[in-house]
Amino acid sequence: MLSFIQSTVGKKYLMGLSGLIWAGFIFGHMAGNMLILVSPDAYNVYGHAIVSNKILLYGTEIALVGALVAHVICAIFLTKQNRESRGHRYAMNPNGQKAASFASEWMAIHGSVILVFIILHLVTFKYGPHYETTVDGVVMRDLAKLIIEVFSQPMAVLWYLVALVLLGFHLTHGVRSIFQSFGLLHPAYQPIIRRAGAIYAVVVAGGFISQPVFVFLTRAVAA
Amino acid sequence: MSEKNINVTLKVWRQKNQREEGKFKEYLAKDISTDASFLEMLDAVNEELISKGEDPIAFDHDCREGICGSCGFMINGNAHGPLKSTTVCQLHMRNFKDGDYLTLEPWRAAAFPMIKDLVVDRTALDRIIKVGGFISVNTGNAPDGNAIPIPKTAADEAFNAATCIGCGACVASCKNASAALFTSAKISHLGLLPQGQVEVEKRALNMVGQMDREGFGACTSTGSCSASCPKDISLVNIARMNRDYMKASFSKKPEIHAGDGA
Repeated sequence: MLSFIQSTVGKKYLMGLSGLIWAGFIFGHMAGNMLILVSPDAYNVYGHAIVSNKILLYGTEIALVGALVAHVICAIFLTKQNRESRGHRYAMNPNGQKAASFASEWMAIHGSVILVFIILHLVTFKYGPHYETTVDGVVMRDLAKLIIEVFSQPMAVLWYLVALVLLGFHLTHGVRSIFQSFGLLHPAYQPIIRRAGAIYAVVVAGGFISQPVFVFLTRAVAA
Repeated sequence: MSEKNINVTLKVWRQKNQREEGKFKEYLAKDISTDASFLEMLDAVNEELISKGEDPIAFDHDCREGICGSCGFMINGNAHGPLKSTTVCQLHMRNFKDGDYLTLEPWRAAAFPMIKDLVVDRTALDRIIKVGGFISVNTGNAPDGNAIPIPKTAADEAFNAATCIGCGACVASCKNASAALFTSAKISHLGLLPQGQVEVEKRALNMVGQMDREGFGACTSTGSCSASCPKDISLVNIARMNRDYMKASFSKKPEIHAGDGA
């Protein structure tokens, strides 16, 4: 078991597994947040329902923090090992058909940006200003108000756009590679897997991007 | 046959040995026939260097038929040059234009120590073979055809994996200098066949273990290895290796030795 984790192949399984947890979570996160496009109240009620269910909330948080820590630690070890394995750098990198894709070549870089983004994102929203509102007689956190406040600033929207596009690239390569790392690649469905990563990335990143853009256009510009 | 001669400028990595610093040096390859192979072009450059009393450019080569796996270096950043499914000995000068500027570098990987110029030591790959790239049973003489029934699809996949010539282009092209494609090709070519099935778990554990000990990097599945492979070895093999390794890691049973009280 220990030698499995120490091996390059084992670390890749761990990367894939922890990545899979996050890839699954962000789909739900994106889909749920789409309610901001419906109405601030709908969004607040949805958010309140989540934080009221302590088992779901803490269970998810523990799984996510655990997966993130494992993912980052493995990534640090692997990146360090991979740099050492390369040794002397090339004067010229592969190009044309023999080159690695942008997404796969820069996983560590967009991964690092995404990590910073996650921390700042939590500071901004989860641990941000606490407004309150009452919907149908229930007092709850008015997260929608904070969202509108934040995404009325063009720079905040721009930063989210950059981070989410990078997340898209990270997912394109990540989701596809899970199949490879887990040993689930098979000639018959290799082309489908190749596309699945890209489609998943476009759906998740596209869905997320629509939210700050919608808020900015409807609230800040209209106001 | 329309013969045409071209001139190309080469920027070649020159390094006397592991201890000394290497550097790029420029050479003009003059009046090269487009029908010449890339190595024949280097031969011509070397002839000129020798006649001038200079040290010729060292590069590995043997069969020059694309089947031995001896040759290989980077041309403008691409292992074995710009063409797919081609070793550098089978790359011809007709693929280049007059006046082209070509950067030649050796395979670079911590596990491939420098020998000289474009020649590196690839015995790390041999050591991976040594720990599991074989079957221990005596297979005897060539058996009658179809005496052991093997599904056509398994035979085809095993054969495709067996076409790996161990040139090291996969390691050289990988941003992590990973030997996953090479190791997985060997694991697949034996593991897919009934004679190789017996040792499938031990093979995966030993070969992956050796691959890591040699200091090769991890697989990021960029696909650069397969794209640069002169034999088009598929990434599906790496998936099989990962699967075999995972299964073997979690189902490892202790070996019982004589005198253990059994």
